[in-house]
Amino acid sequence: MTEPLLFELTSPGRVGCRLPAVDVPEAALPGDLLREDLPLPELSEREVVQHFTRLSQLNFSVDTGFYPLGSCTMKYNPKMHEDVARYPGFTQIHPRQDESTVQGALQLMCELQGYLGEITGLPAVSLQPVAGAHGELTGMLIIRAYHLERGDEDRNTVLVPDSAHGTNPATAAMCGYRVVTVPSDRRGNIDAQELDRLMDESVAGLMLTNPNTLGLFEEHILEVAEIVHGAGGLIYCDGANMNALLGISKPGELGTDVLHLNLHKTFSTPHGGGGPGGGATAVTEELGPFLPLPVVARRETKEAGAGRLEYYLDYDRPSSIGPVSGFFGNFGVMVKAYAYLRSLGESGLREVSEDAVLNANYVLHRLKEYYDLPYDRFCLHECVFSGTVQAKLGVHTIDIAKRLIDLGFHPPTVYFPLIVDEALMIEPTETESVETLDAFVAAMRQIAREAEEEPQVVRSAPESTPVGRLDEVAAAREPNLRWMG
Amino acid sequence: MSSYIPNTDSDRARMLKSVGLDSVPELFEVIPAEKRYPVLELPPPLSEMEVKRLLRGLAERNADLDHHPCFVGAGSYRHFVPSVVDHIVSRGEFYTAYTPYQPEVSQGTLTAIYEFQTMICALTGMDVANASMYDGATALAEAGLMACRSTRRHKLIVASTAHPNHRRVLRTYTQGMGIEVEDIGRAEDGDVNLSHARQLLDDGTAAIMVQHPNFLGCLEDLAPLSELAHAVGALLVVSVDPIALGLFKAPGDLGADIVVGEGQSLGSPPSYGGPYLGFFACREKYLRQLPGRLVGMTTDSEGRRGFVLTLQPREQHIRREKATSNICSNEALVALAAAVYLAVMGKQGLRHVAELCYHKAHYAVEEIASLSGYEKLLGRFFKEFVIRTPVPPAEVHQRLWERGIIGGYELGKDYPELAGCLLFCVTEMNSREEMDLLVETLKSIGEEK
Repeated sequence: MTEPLLFELTSPGRVGCRLPAVDVPEAALPGDLLREDLPLPELSEREVVQHFTRLSQLNFSVDTGFYPLGSCTMKYNPKMHEDVARYPGFTQIHPRQDESTVQGALQLMCELQGYLGEITGLPAVSLQPVAGAHGELTGMLIIRAYHLERGDEDRNTVLVPDSAHGTNPATAAMCGYRVVTVPSDRRGNIDAQELDRLMDESVAGLMLTNPNTLGLFEEHILEVAEIVHGAGGLIYCDGANMNALLGISKPGELGTDVLHLNLHKTFSTPHGGGGPGGGATAVTEELGPFLPLPVVARRETKEAGAGRLEYYLDYDRPSSIGPVSGFFGNFGVMVKAYAYLRSLGESGLREVSEDAVLNANYVLHRLKEYYDLPYDRFCLHECVFSGTVQAKLGVHTIDIAKRLIDLGFHPPTVYFPLIVDEALMIEPTETESVETLDAFVAAMRQIAREAEEEPQVVRSAPESTPVGRLDEVAAAREPNLRWMG
Repeated sequence: MSSYIPNTDSDRARMLKSVGLDSVPELFEVIPAEKRYPVLELPPPLSEMEVKRLLRGLAERNADLDHHPCFVGAGSYRHFVPSVVDHIVSRGEFYTAYTPYQPEVSQGTLTAIYEFQTMICALTGMDVANASMYDGATALAEAGLMACRSTRRHKLIVASTAHPNHRRVLRTYTQGMGIEVEDIGRAEDGDVNLSHARQLLDDGTAAIMVQHPNFLGCLEDLAPLSELAHAVGALLVVSVDPIALGLFKAPGDLGADIVVGEGQSLGSPPSYGGPYLGFFACREKYLRQLPGRLVGMTTDSEGRRGFVLTLQPREQHIRREKATSNICSNEALVALAAAVYLAVMGKQGLRHVAELCYHKAHYAVEEIASLSGYEKLLGRFFKEFVIRTPVPPAEVHQRLWERGIIGGYELGKDYPELAGCLLFCVTEMNSREEMDLLVETLKSIGEEK
């Protein structure tokens, strides 16, 4: 079953929303500027609702099933978040209102900055970046501004491990840096010797993900920090995997200078089909002056004898890199992250990471006899297998992924990290029950057996979906990117 | 124990046994001991009931637009959002999914993005549109970077009539890239100054960047800018208000090469500045330089139609440091809201919204300009207009608020020559009664002077 497009459902004269009549005298329209045709669809409200409801049913989602997409932290999204973020006092406020009329919003932002600073051990926080990669850009521009302000103008290189997310090198390039790749060692850590060799006065910093994209904690993290700092560089930590460390360890105490958080991952705000996210960026006290404009701050009111706090937008920050988005960031996302943190507190956050890590290790141990495990260590929040054993039988990771769909699961992240052949990156998160994990393990074991006994079943998957495997080559060769009738 | 975590202590014991450990903390022994299990000084955990009460309290400390007539825009607009929109984006199948990497189980999101792309092309008159950018400001910044890549040039000239914050974000984005950004002055009527643009333009210029209607509300004349830009091989980048495109010519028909804009007006509330929606469209010949995700139509082996993410070699997860941008997550759910909004408003509805804005704003400006001491400045406009006030704008603003009206953006901060002026915005949400209250209040402020 596929759903027709809006443009196939349209019928001239239909209206989906009635608006009031003009209640003022009509002004003359500037005839020379008016458009002749507006080629939008014409549908009744009922048809629009039916269309998009049917589309929604073509999606796999966290609400409908297990979604172990590695590095994406597809945890359950509390329904309460959706309700509180829709309070009119949050949605119906304008970013140009006087600060005195939005004290509740500013207080929420200021406190959220404080909580994130406490969790990361990096006390200066900006909520303005709206996605992980946006936080990376913010963070790397801060590192650049820091070096420039010190007159250290020749640092033109950023080091990025070969296991990094693609956003890391892309971000460094957007800041004008040359990117040099650092290899990983045999245990899945950054190769400290290579790092030491590459680290010199031309290097602005190292972009590190910890735990890294293998789901492994950097075993030599303190040594890595010493090497980078020793040569005058700074450490950027990609906090995409922070779900492993809440209340377990503070990146700021491990030598990190700048870190972004993915509010949509770690703080369950949720993912929205690919955004809106939140890319809050936390830095050391020393780097605080470089944060984007403005930062939310508080002070005692000037009213006599008041002693009360008032919240305000601090624009008086001459070293700032400037604003990174139109206003103050994705406020609606911040409300959800705030609700999550107030729900869980210290003990709840620690429990999140403990259970996320226990769940991942449980899956790792129950599958390692069936799939190749290139780095056989305890993992943190996710585990990375290789499908090379199955590939030799003619069943590739893409086939395993598609077969999982038929068995009722969203596939893990596949073919990433790049340093693992036929990679399968599984992140169960803390919100899945042991029964769900057992069912997933059973499905993965079934596929391993099928790869040996009846590979065609795996290779021809999925059979249960509204469309089968789609021709991506044709899509790219002759792009059809909009409906032309 | 958190209600979001199903594991019980007996589940954990069973799992630990399977893993071969005695306790959970043993899983973290890889972390240096002295850095392990720090104290987090956070407020104590609260129940759902308590969190809701707390947040309602914070929400009620904000003066919301449901209770206060609002006449400020300046980059964030209050337009009517039909109930349909929020009901669709509240479906868990949409909002708890992620980027549609597995197309067979993501046809809902992929189809909706394809429809969004199609409708953005229809509005802007462009050939291709991407799946979204973060907001209007970052869309403009990415358009500047793309123009530089496409032309292999390193200079952007930007209308000072474009949103001041969007121009600041452009400077933030370009600061490491060796790109020169220059501001084009303003003409008497509020439009970009063409002769100044001509002076700044040279064969090293990658693009002229302009906003239409501009920050001051004025309708820019795009055709001569297109001629100027194209004469030296530069691109014309236009940032637009998508609601205005319900009424006015598509920039694509006036020579624009890249059209971007803030899409919040299309079905999303002001939300104190976000989540918003950047939209990004261009002519087909620049397709390979486009940042962000794209959805394309294709078929499966049985010939059934389906949609996939396509042309991914432009993107960071494939091309890494050579990608067209670092963008990964965008504003998918806000783009879905825009698609639902455009579908439900449709051909007639969007034009109707634009006409209501136009007529009401023109009514308001006539009434205000007829008051003693108030003067309308600048030329043809859509829904925002500049008024010189008889008392300092900050005072007017404050006095309006004393009557519960949120009104007017003080222009002096960004345009010193307009220090005595307020920028007002009127949309279909402003009733005649509200406008009359605004006018009456302004009158009394002027008379008390």
